Amino acid sequence: MSQPVELPDQIYVGPVIDEGHSLASVSDKVGGIVLKRKTTLGWVFGLIVAFGLLQALMASATWLLIKGVGVWGINIPVGWGFAIINFVWWIGIGHAGTLISAILLLLNQSWRNAINRFAEAMTLFAVMCAGMFPVLHTGRPWLAYWLLPYPNTMALWPQFRSPLLWDVFAVTTYLTISAVFWFVGLIPDLATLRDSTRKPWQQKVFGMLSMGWRGSARHWQRYEKASLLLAGMATPLVVSVHTVVSFDFAVSMIPGWHTTIFPPYFVAGAIYSGFAMVLTLMIPVRKFYGLEDIITMRHLNNMAKVTLATALIVGYGYIMEAFFGYFSADVYERFMVWNRMTGPYAVFYYTLIFCNIITPQFLWAKRIRTSPGILWIISIIVNIGMWLERFVIVVTSLHRDFLPSSWGMYAPTIWDFGVFFGTIGLFLFLIFLFVRALPMITIFELRMLLPGARVKEPVAQ
Amino acid sequence: MSVQALETVHTLYGIMAEFETPGHLVAAARKVRLAGFKKFDAYTPYPIHELDEAMDLHDNRVSLYTLIGGCLGGIGGFSLASWVQSVALPLNIGGRPLISVPMFIPVTFECTILIGGLTAAISMLLLNGLPLPYHPVFNVDRFVDASRSKFFLCIESADAKFDRDNTVSFLESLNPVEIAEVAR
Repeated sequence: MSQPVELPDQIYVGPVIDEGHSLASVSDKVGGIVLKRKTTLGWVFGLIVAFGLLQALMASATWLLIKGVGVWGINIPVGWGFAIINFVWWIGIGHAGTLISAILLLLNQSWRNAINRFAEAMTLFAVMCAGMFPVLHTGRPWLAYWLLPYPNTMALWPQFRSPLLWDVFAVTTYLTISAVFWFVGLIPDLATLRDSTRKPWQQKVFGMLSMGWRGSARHWQRYEKASLLLAGMATPLVVSVHTVVSFDFAVSMIPGWHTTIFPPYFVAGAIYSGFAMVLTLMIPVRKFYGLEDIITMRHLNNMAKVTLATALIVGYGYIMEAFFGYFSADVYERFMVWNRMTGPYAVFYYTLIFCNIITPQFLWAKRIRTSPGILWIISIIVNIGMWLERFVIVVTSLHRDFLPSSWGMYAPTIWDFGVFFGTIGLFLFLIFLFVRALPMITIFELRMLLPGARVKEPVAQ
Repeated sequence: MSVQALETVHTLYGIMAEFETPGHLVAAARKVRLAGFKKFDAYTPYPIHELDEAMDLHDNRVSLYTLIGGCLGGIGGFSLASWVQSVALPLNIGGRPLISVPMFIPVTFECTILIGGLTAAISMLLLNGLPLPYHPVFNVDRFVDASRSKFFLCIESADAKFDRDNTVSFLESLNPVEIAEVAR
């Protein structure tokens, strides 16, 4: 497991879990947040703010359903607008959770144990927010089931050659498997809560949710196998989801979209924005809940490093996009790059370069990687930058494509912003409920990090 | 089985021993298996891989079922796409093939993962006999620590070698912290 490795001072930033913790103390600390901690005013205030933002979603969605998608800023030529920008942004944020829970599990990175539950919850909520947009964008969400292949009286079937249908399969599979993976991980911890609480109603609720888990070695053996299999399947799944999302663009013939670099570039961008969001949420949570001994500097440092690495991949993607435009020798591709850099939306392009390429360079410094405050600000800037990236990709390609006679401009309306900020409200609202009602750290995996958890068989007498 | 033994099986689930460290538990589990017991189980707050060897656990059915589930999902996804595009709603677009394999790969892949993943989770739960909210081991008071910090081993009365007194003295020889009878 996590043998302490001898590292030189300039690299080593601390242990995965602070010394002094025992099997019982981690259980009580993490479980106690749910069972014993009083509901604080700060939590109530945050929940109210998030709930207020959520009302923006309700109001905007209601108005949208009354009037139709015309209340948004979309029109010809920019028919996609905020709906797709936000969809891609949210889906991307979700990807860090799966990366932490699945890929880092396969790579045996034990530091993930303290953050995977939270990151997976973030994935679930982000995918819920993402799913909102295509469904609302159809204009008639009550007919969304038409997207699924089922025998119907219209004798119609969906088109299996369309990336938009692939999206339906990819996103629903992603949501389902993420939820299953998350719940399977919760079962042993729910059993811990069931056994730790003295309130009968909590014993009943956690008892039923934990399915009567009793920690049997025969169960653990199958459990570990199932977790590994789920991780093994979630890993290609997460890559496939953002690949399919990028196909929405890359399969079309629009200048700037029709490039082969889109799938890897989108996947890297997704992990980049996802890690930034994990940092944005984790830094305040570890502070407010006093979890600095469990989510240590080592975690922040590692997450900052992943953020920096993916920032460099994304930067490579930007360079290649511009190079492809030039190298294609295609007048429309070349114009698209030129228009992106000097046209009416150029300010967004340069802001995105600043947010996504220049800002993360600070993460080369260990001092910045280990200062939570600065790291938090950088993570916010990256979140904004990744949103701008999707804005630039969607809008600059569409608003001036081939014929100047069909060019146009795009501007979002207040209802675009209402839905967008509304989903942020939904996301935060769910996060607030999650940290209050469920153990936000995987307790049983935390135990495996402790020195006392290692098997040292007594010498035979 | 004698009448007395049958009566024991009906009132007594087994004898449970508690251990302080995972090392003691693994050593004890190995001795219990080598002593010839079949129906016994260890209870731990986190997975201990050394127990797989000590208790000789090698159930690979979850993997097998997942493989079958994944294959069925993949075949199902591809068949659905092919059937829809060639039988249910064939669209002739410039004479292109109706079963256009590369375009069906994403759906095939997603269906493989969806059914495979669901099979992994559901088969794990069912093979473990869960959900099962009540179990006799919960009758032992100190067992609440099995999900927190302590390690337990229970020899079940249904085992052919089980004998109330001999089993207790056998478990006592394994350095437990405490021994308890598990009522049904």
